Amino acid sequence: MNLDVILFFVFGIVAAVTAVIMITRSNPVISALFLVLNFASLAGLYLTLNAQFIAVTQVIVYAGAIMVLFLFVLMLLRPENEKKFLELNPKIKIFALIIAFIVFAQLVYMIFFARPSQTISKVLTKSIEAGTIEAIGRELFTNYIVPFEAAGFLLLAATIGALVLAKKKFE
Amino acid sequence: MTIPIEYYLILSAFMFIVGVAGVLTRRNAIIVFMSIELMLNSANLTLVTFSSYLGNSIGQLFVFFVMTVAAAEAAVGLAIIIAIFRNKLTVNIDEINILKW
Repeated sequence: MNLDVILFFVFGIVAAVTAVIMITRSNPVISALFLVLNFASLAGLYLTLNAQFIAVTQVIVYAGAIMVLFLFVLMLLRPENEKKFLELNPKIKIFALIIAFIVFAQLVYMIFFARPSQTISKVLTKSIEAGTIEAIGRELFTNYIVPFEAAGFLLLAATIGALVLAKKKFE
Repeated sequence: MTIPIEYYLILSAFMFIVGVAGVLTRRNAIIVFMSIELMLNSANLTLVTFSSYLGNSIGQLFVFFVMTVAAAEAAVGLAIIIAIFRNKLTVNIDEINILKW
């Protein structure tokens, strides 16, 4: 067993388990904290994929900024605990779970049927080179400069929109 | 031995489906929102996986843009949730049905 295989299984199992815990807890604060753990283990998975820049961005943006925003809103609103899973509309919920499971089975079937590992082979040096901040930054500021500016404009629009929406009561 | 690409794809598919199940079964608007973030993250994992296995950094560039859009979406969405809470004093999406006919 290599170290990267062990790391993949540790982070992968943590990510899967915390995702399930996240949607099953009735207290939303506990859900948010498990989502933070899920994002942190995803950052570890990105590191096993040699994507250093994305891993650091994941920790800063998702596990830091976005989840702090969620926890602030939870603190402001203090929503009551939800009812237990099957107390309200059990038929619809079981139907939704069955549909989700069918879609998952389809996806797994497609992945094993297509067998991407037979046609895609990882070249370690190219993989490491693709994940550096240098390679990403070069693409970002040359070929993708227009989407980059558009993303900045989107963030400005979101800031103004959030201010306007949350400032006063609207009818 | 390198990890087969299928492992990452199946983990990503599983997280996406957990997010779908969360959106469909939970009734708290904030938790529905967090499930959407989970789905966005699983899509990110797929992008980074292919980017790393193909040795091409454009997939990671797209993850960067997805994170930007997710941040903007979280800010605006939570502002909408706060505005709705001020009006109706609830975040239960069964009781927020003014657009339903």
